[in-house]
Amino acid sequence: MLTRLLSGDMPRSGLLTVLLLGILVSLAFAPFLFPGTKSLETAAKICIFIVLVASYDLLLGYAGIVSFAHTMFFGIGAYGTALALSTTGPTYSSMIWGTAAGAIVAGIFALAIGLFSLRVKAIFFAMVTLAVASAFAVLMSQLSWLTGGEDGLNYGVPREFKPAFKLIDEKILDVRINGKLLLYYFVFFASAALFLIMLRIVNSPFGRTLKAVRDNAFRAEAIGYKVVWYRTTATVLSAVMAALAGSLLAIWLRYTGPATTLSMEIMIDILLMVVIGGMGTLYGAVVGATIFILAQTYLQNLMGLAETATSSIPIVSTLVAPERWLLWLGVLFILSVYFFPSGIVGRLREGRA
Amino acid sequence: MSETLIKPRIEKIPLTDRLTQKLPILLVPLLATAGLVAIGSPSTWLTLTVAGLAMGMMIFIMASGLTVVFGLMDVINFGHGAFVTVGAFIGFSVLSWLAGWTASPSVPLNLSAVVIAILAAMLLTALLGYAFERVIIKPVYGQHLKQILVTMGGLIVAQQMIHVVWGPDEMHLSRPEALQGSFILGEAAIEKYRLLAVGLGLALFLSMRHVLKHTKIGLLVRAGVENGEMVEALGYRISRLFLIVFMTGSALAGLGGVMWGLYQETITAHMGADIMVLVFIVVIIGGLGSIEGCFIGALLVGLLANYTAFLAPKVALISTIGLMVVILMWRPQGLYPVVKAK
Repeated sequence: MLTRLLSGDMPRSGLLTVLLLGILVSLAFAPFLFPGTKSLETAAKICIFIVLVASYDLLLGYAGIVSFAHTMFFGIGAYGTALALSTTGPTYSSMIWGTAAGAIVAGIFALAIGLFSLRVKAIFFAMVTLAVASAFAVLMSQLSWLTGGEDGLNYGVPREFKPAFKLIDEKILDVRINGKLLLYYFVFFASAALFLIMLRIVNSPFGRTLKAVRDNAFRAEAIGYKVVWYRTTATVLSAVMAALAGSLLAIWLRYTGPATTLSMEIMIDILLMVVIGGMGTLYGAVVGATIFILAQTYLQNLMGLAETATSSIPIVSTLVAPERWLLWLGVLFILSVYFFPSGIVGRLREGRA
Repeated sequence: MSETLIKPRIEKIPLTDRLTQKLPILLVPLLATAGLVAIGSPSTWLTLTVAGLAMGMMIFIMASGLTVVFGLMDVINFGHGAFVTVGAFIGFSVLSWLAGWTASPSVPLNLSAVVIAILAAMLLTALLGYAFERVIIKPVYGQHLKQILVTMGGLIVAQQMIHVVWGPDEMHLSRPEALQGSFILGEAAIEKYRLLAVGLGLALFLSMRHVLKHTKIGLLVRAGVENGEMVEALGYRISRLFLIVFMTGSALAGLGGVMWGLYQETITAHMGADIMVLVFIVVIIGGLGSIEGCFIGALLVGLLANYTAFLAPKVALISTIGLMVVILMWRPQGLYPVVKAK
């Protein structure tokens, strides 16, 4: 049963299993284990980013394609849902058709970019996506009549997902069972389902062929696999998944703007999460996203302490200032590309063997 | 002996073929004419054209290093933007340090301050390029995926270091007296600084072409682009050659950064990353590795960006993407694809 659920891709490492179970349990019972708004926000963000990062890993780790347009697809999904909810009112049907429209548009975009630039070179694709994505981000902030520009869109969600909605009056374990909690579980289960679907995809014959294409495109072509077709399909799948993750974010935040979905910073965050967690294994996305977001939320406080502690030493205190946390992650990123390209998960799996 | 000498046949290339070869160059005047038709007023058109050419030249300066590095060593440096930013910040620091010179009405003093700032920026970015090549790029030759990731990481670290050194705020600086103001030509106002940028860019392009076509080092670079192993086999150390080219490219990025900074009069830590979008478009349009293509691509992008910024401001950045799409549909490898003998 469990093997089926995980599509036969077991963690294959004691420590990794413990880590993944820990993350799963913490996320599943987050509202009860870590009460408070901030920790619930963090938990939901981790869920959504696990899907987003896993979908990026589908492209980077499994197909060996570097794309910088992943936030564009994420944003298309988010804006699709946001536009549907803000124009046709907070109903389930508008939520569904907005999400579907976002996913379809993202898929078509990905198909166009893929057919256009995947024929040439991986490096070419990276450059084209970078250019297209930044143009898209500018366009979205320019079309203010549609997207609200830099301010973004605020909108409502169905009544059952609002904090004011009470499922039952009593509290369970001191936690109010309200719409926010329901929404959290909606996000959690949707993310889990999407993650399992992706696990299914990468462990299917398609996923194996994708790996073959990544490792030796020439040989794969010689055996008879259409390399361009596999690469383009991977691009489209990963774009659709990213768009769905974007829709989840849009529903969770009840706000969509360029800063939360389209910015280059998020793209870099995703890249860091994939590489630090481990490329070429979806569990890497889980570990990477969790560690990164926890670090983003809580490490900065720690660095603030370090800054005050070292405030007498001039350069060191600027280096450990909370705003500079990305500096250290960047260094960690470069080191991990060199010394353990398989990331944390790869390390743990090797350690067992 | 009968007169059966085979006469050498010199094939005449038909006019249409010769025209197709030259077509990319003709694109620039073509676009300029189209702009004139669309804009209507000649004086506005002249101002915009000079602005577009100036922008194109500056982008060319920044992009040239990137494209030659790619052609020679198959390395694409996503951290190239960091050199642009660092160059701009160093240049601005020097200029604000020489504030007395830049504010004085004397033209030689003004210009020498700018020259010192540019030289300082180029020197330091070249050194930074040295470090970048040795530490970050050298271990990942031949692995595109890792190159993209690692140079991106280098960009992140460099951006953060700029924050550490120069603080989080953007820097403002007005141009030296001599470079402010504009000439009036008929009804068109042409900024002095833009003319300087056009002149400098053109001079740089011509000297770069001269070095590549008529000197030994240029010959080696061109040979290296075509077949690196062969050059190595003939006894030249291509890795050292590459290091020199990389450092030159970094220095040019620094120069471009100073010029762009003086153009905008404001610099931020992420300016390099923003400009890189245009630089990448230019490099793709021109054909990866080609210096002529890069030059033409930069001019096209500069002109188009300025024309559309005037005609339809909202689609200015989209228009350059559109240009890229159109050109790639016409020539999937860019205007002048570099042919590798491999």
